[in-house]
Amino acid sequence: MDETISIVLFSGTDDKLTAAATLVAGAAALGRPVKIFLQYWGLDAFRADRVTADHGLAPEAGEAGRAAVDAAGKAGQAHWLETLRMAKELGDVDIQACSASMDILKIKHADLDPIVDGIAGVAAFYINAGEGQIIFI
Amino acid sequence: MDIKLKVDASGLSCPLPILKATQGIKTLQPGELMEVVATDPGSVKDFVAWAASTGNALVEQDSANGKFRFVVRHK
Repeated sequence: MDETISIVLFSGTDDKLTAAATLVAGAAALGRPVKIFLQYWGLDAFRADRVTADHGLAPEAGEAGRAAVDAAGKAGQAHWLETLRMAKELGDVDIQACSASMDILKIKHADLDPIVDGIAGVAAFYINAGEGQIIFI
Repeated sequence: MDIKLKVDASGLSCPLPILKATQGIKTLQPGELMEVVATDPGSVKDFVAWAASTGNALVEQDSANGKFRFVVRHK
């Protein structure tokens, strides 16, 4: 069984980024290799100048959802970037930016937070995913 | 029981307790014991899964007053 977990991170709201970071951290803690492929708004969220800014929540959150998420942040839930950093320190986590999304959003490698390891295309993503599971968020 | 390292993950929600445990176990030598205390109810099943998957032995677990305590032996 290929234990590699590959995550396509397309969404750029803080709730989905947090959910993705949780999946990454859990896999890393279990010793599984994790490959993250950043596309569109998921990629945009990793711009160095606003990676920790408020990226909003999915539309279904509403005001009550917003309040619940804010309370969780104060009550000991780490920021998704911090969770990803910890996961990277502990395990084998590789983060690649989709080259086509970089083009569309006019993002250069230097614009991205250093947690992003490199730039790749979709073929490289599939090769690295091997026979392991692929998750789309 | 000679606990080499105590990790307090109280008040932290998933996935931080198992991340803290992974951080902690890496500082120990084979055979040494780590104690983790968490308040996240999800950590009960998580630590069983984490131990089974990483090969570190969950040698003790109990709960009292909303706290969950785990003792893990480094493989």
